[in-house]
Amino acid sequence: MSWFKRLKEGIQTATKNKKETPDGLWHKCIRCSEMTTIKELREHLYICPKCDYHTRISSTDYFEILFDGKYTRLFDEIKSVDVLEFSDIKSYKSRLDDAYKKTKLNDSMSVATGKVNKLPLTVACMDFGFIGGSMGAVVGEKISRAIDYCIANRTPLMIISKSGGARMMESAYSLMQMAKSSAKLTLLAKEGLPYFSFMTDPTTGGVTASYAMLGDINFSEPEALIGFAGPRVIKETIKRDLPEGFQTAEYLLEHGFLDFIVHRKDLKCKISDLLGCFDTRKPDSELVTAS
Amino acid sequence: MIYLDFEKPLESLYEQMEKLRDVEAEGTVDVAESIKELEKKIQHTKKEIYSNLTGWQRVQLSRHPERPYTLYYIEQICKKFTELHGDRYFADDKAIVGGLAKIDNLSVMIIGHQKGTNTKSRQYRNFGMANPDGYRKALRLMKMAERFNIPIVTLIDTPGAYPGLEAEERGQAEAIARNLFEMAQLKVPVLCYVIGEGASGGALGIGVGDKVFMLENTWYTVISPESCSSILWRSWDHKEEAAEALKLTPEHMLSFGLIDDIIKEPLGGAHVDPEKMAKTLKAHIKAELGELMPQDAEERIRIRIDKYDNMGKYQIVE
Ligand SMILES: [Zn+2]
Repeated sequence: MSWFKRLKEGIQTATKNKKETPDGLWHKCIRCSEMTTIKELREHLYICPKCDYHTRISSTDYFEILFDGKYTRLFDEIKSVDVLEFSDIKSYKSRLDDAYKKTKLNDSMSVATGKVNKLPLTVACMDFGFIGGSMGAVVGEKISRAIDYCIANRTPLMIISKSGGARMMESAYSLMQMAKSSAKLTLLAKEGLPYFSFMTDPTTGGVTASYAMLGDINFSEPEALIGFAGPRVIKETIKRDLPEGFQTAEYLLEHGFLDFIVHRKDLKCKISDLLGCFDTRKPDSELVTAS
Repeated sequence: MIYLDFEKPLESLYEQMEKLRDVEAEGTVDVAESIKELEKKIQHTKKEIYSNLTGWQRVQLSRHPERPYTLYYIEQICKKFTELHGDRYFADDKAIVGGLAKIDNLSVMIIGHQKGTNTKSRQYRNFGMANPDGYRKALRLMKMAERFNIPIVTLIDTPGAYPGLEAEERGQAEAIARNLFEMAQLKVPVLCYVIGEGASGGALGIGVGDKVFMLENTWYTVISPESCSSILWRSWDHKEEAAEALKLTPEHMLSFGLIDDIIKEPLGGAHVDPEKMAKTLKAHIKAELGELMPQDAEERIRIRIDKYDNMGKYQIVE
């Protein structure tokens, strides 16, 4: 497949901080312990060649997988402010500084627009490496602006979720991003533009309970953890063990909350198939009222 | 009366007062002057205690076992309340109640979290922690209200959406998300009141409206102080610090622009004089609906969405 080759040097986020990678040459699968060279892993889109485990990857990796070569990053200039001057055992400021250094990103959400097999798409993608992919005001604002961009440019929207949930250090501001993103998504829906919600491992908490579950089409990578409450909290609440496969993508598919599960190597093809089914030209006003 | 730890100074004063009343009843010694003095002292102590409440003390008051809950307010505020049960898919969640009623001559759909008042009813109400069925029932009632142009009032009081196995199985996240989405576009006025605990998505799931208010001794944020302590401090012992750090009081929420106003409670909390609290709430609902009802529906929705779109602080860097 041609896009395998496009994953060039510099897209090493999935492997950068792995201790079990001597000299950055080898990667050990966290599930089956198979050793793979970084080069080989990258060619396999960071999927373990032996057990098919989908290693967590970055927003840049997803942009490279999805877009036809060139794409434009949007809204990188938006950054967090520590309005609450929040501090626990560590200050929020220093958590942010660590995250900037570690990820070279400005927050846990990155937005880019480009073409997928020649069809336009705007993608907002989360990075788990940035404070656990937590959702604060920047995430909400980027989703809001991405939706404005989609409406102005008549492109469909895809959000790739990968998050532990709301960013506690932004307290109620982070909570309200759930309402903000959901409210803005109603505007996209009214414009007749499709929204694809792609959930990757993990998608939990306030992210699942807002934009992640609101896709016109909801889908996920194999075996991704998807839920509202974390497994540990549930276990403590119900005081018994959780069934095998609980809160996995397959479990959600079985219970009717996903449209399908897609293997990473089929992602681009699947997205362009879907995009081809939607007419994104502005509908006439009659159609708008009918919706 | 149940006294919270920080209310202990009052307890002994009330005990003294009781003794004085007994003496007064005997009628042999004139204690009128002493009673007057003590009453002054009680008022003074109350003001001192309740005007400097910490975040954690607000949390404690919001959970006061004698605090009025949704059904109490409905009974006091409304006439001809008909409770409407069930989500039409799976169950009737007892942690969220709702129904049609009249506030004076105005029809309303009133919906709220419901907690129990004794061990048995607390369990029956699942401690005010709703399952997906509760959120879906609430949405069903709201959509019905919309069809008949009936305004919606929600009363929020939950320690969170229920983190159970079946809740996940039936899509807790989807149920809450759907409510946020649908409430943003409701064509009728929506008023939301935090009357007790406003914990996270479980609260927000019935909390998207044109105006959101908090009673004075309530809290509203993304996580309970206990859970925040356990995650960020990795121990349950830092709930007081977490409550401070989260800035979860109505005053903070108002200063952040995340709520529209604070509603005064009787001195000492809503449970001290629940009837008075209900009267205040009723007058407030009537006044707010009076302002919202004449607005054009599309305009109201536009203002509602703009309000949420403006929530959140960030900076623009080069
Ligand atoms: Zn493997």
